[in-house]
Amino acid sequence: MIITLKVWRQEGPDVPGRFETYKVPDANPHMSFLEMLDVLNEQLIKEGKDPVEFDYDCREGICGSCGVVIDGQAHGPQQRTACCQLHMRHYKDGDTIVIEPWRAEGFPIIRDLVVDRSAFDRIVAAGGYVSVNTGAAPDANSIPVPKDDADLSMDYATCIGCGACVAGCPNASASLFTAAKISHLALLPQGDPERERRAKSMVDQMASEGFGDCSNHAECEAVCPKGISIDAIARMRREYMRAVRG
Amino acid sequence: MSSSSTESGWLSSPILKKVITGVTGLGLTLFVLGHMVGNLAMFTGPDAYNQYAHFLVSLGPLFYAIELGLLAFFLFHIVTGIRIAIGNRRARNTRYSVYKTAGGPSRQTAASRSMIITGLLLMVFLVIHLLSFKFGPGGPGNASQAYLTTIDGVEMRDLAKLVHEKFQTPWYTFGYAAIMLLLMIHLRHGVWSAMQSLGAMRPSLTPIVYALGGLLGAGIAAGFIAMPLAIYFGFI
Repeated sequence: MIITLKVWRQEGPDVPGRFETYKVPDANPHMSFLEMLDVLNEQLIKEGKDPVEFDYDCREGICGSCGVVIDGQAHGPQQRTACCQLHMRHYKDGDTIVIEPWRAEGFPIIRDLVVDRSAFDRIVAAGGYVSVNTGAAPDANSIPVPKDDADLSMDYATCIGCGACVAGCPNASASLFTAAKISHLALLPQGDPERERRAKSMVDQMASEGFGDCSNHAECEAVCPKGISIDAIARMRREYMRAVRG
Repeated sequence: MSSSSTESGWLSSPILKKVITGVTGLGLTLFVLGHMVGNLAMFTGPDAYNQYAHFLVSLGPLFYAIELGLLAFFLFHIVTGIRIAIGNRRARNTRYSVYKTAGGPSRQTAASRSMIITGLLLMVFLVIHLLSFKFGPGGPGNASQAYLTTIDGVEMRDLAKLVHEKFQTPWYTFGYAAIMLLLMIHLRHGVWSAMQSLGAMRPSLTPIVYALGGLLGAGIAAGFIAMPLAIYFGFI
C-alpha cells in the first residue's frame, strides 16, 4: 500500500517547525504504525536525509514511550492503544496521514515528534510515591483492603505516563495523569498516611508546569491507551479539598 | 515557567478554580431556574407578575443581600472563567493543524468548547438586560409616573408594562430568544461539568447527571423563551 505522510519536522526546541510530505510506497497492512515510520526513515536515510525522530521503547503498548498525534487524535484513531499497537490495516492504500507531536507548553518539542515529558517526572517527584517505612511483609489478611478499592487502585495504576491525556485535551491539561497517580496511592493503606501532602504538592507541581486547567471535556479518557476514567480527576479534587481543609 | 507559577495565592490552584466555577455555576443555575419560574407569572396576568416583582423588592434587606450574593457569584464565575480560558490558551500556544475528538467517553462538544464564548455573550446580555429592566423606566434611579400601578390599594412598579413594551420589538424578542439558546448551550456542558468539578464521581451516575444537565438547560431556556414569544405573537 502507498501511504502519504504529512510529518511535523522541527530541528530543535527553539527552531520553527514545518510539515514535510513524504510518500511511503512500501507500507503494508501488517506493519504497526511505528514500523511504517521505520520504513519511512530507512527511505530517508538512503536518500541522505535526516530520519524523522520519534520516541518508542517496548512497542507492546505498555511502556508509555511512544505517542504522536495522528490525524488530530492522540495515538491515532484506535481507542485504548498506544500508537505502537495501531496497525496499518486500519488504513487504505492511498491514504494521507498527518502526524504531529504532542502540543503543550508543558511538553516542549525536542526534535520532530519527540517532546520533553520530564514535567511528568517532576509531578511524580513532588509526591507520587510512598516514603513511609512499611516494615516487613505483614501476615496475610492482617491489613484488609476492600476488593473494590484494590481493583480501582489498579485501574488508576495502569497509567503509563505517555502524555496522551495532555495531547488530546483541548486545554493541554495534565489533570488525568496527576489524578491517576494521586488516586492509585490514596486508595491503598500504604499510600494513605501521606495522601494529603501528596495531593497538595502534586497538584501544585502540575499547576507550575504550564499545563492548562481541566474543563471536564473528558477527551483525556477517550485518548488514554489504558482508558483511565475521569473519575480519577473527581477523586483528585476531593483529595485536594481534603488536604486544603486540613 | 507558566502563567500559574507566576500567580500566587489560593485562587491560582487549578482545583480551587474549578470548585469556584462549579459552586458559583450551580448557584447561578438555581438563580436562572427561579427567575424563569418567576417570569411564568406573566401567563397568569400582568397583575400577578407585578405583585411577584413587588414581593421580591419588598423583602428589603434580604432582597439586597440576595442581590449582593448574586453579584459576587457572577463576578467570581466570570473572573475565574476568563482566567481559566486565558491559561488554557497559553497552555497550547501552537495549535494542532488537524484536531478531532476521539469520541467515545469524550464529552467534548461544541458546547464544551465554547463555554468562554457563550459565557462572555451572556455577560454582555446580563448588562443590557439589567439596564433594560431592573434599571429601566420605573426602576431604581429612573422613577417614572407612567410605570406605576396600583393593585389592591398598593402602589407598585408596573414592570409588566415595560416587559410588554420591550417584547413588541422583533429584534429585542428574537435577540432575547437567541441569547437564551446560548444559555441552554452553556448549561449543556456547565451543569454536568460543575458536578464533576465538585467531585461527583460515580461512573454509573455520570450518564444520568449528563442527561439531566442537558434537560435542565433546555427546560430553563424554553421557559425563558415562552413569555417573550407569547407577548410578541399576542397570546398574552
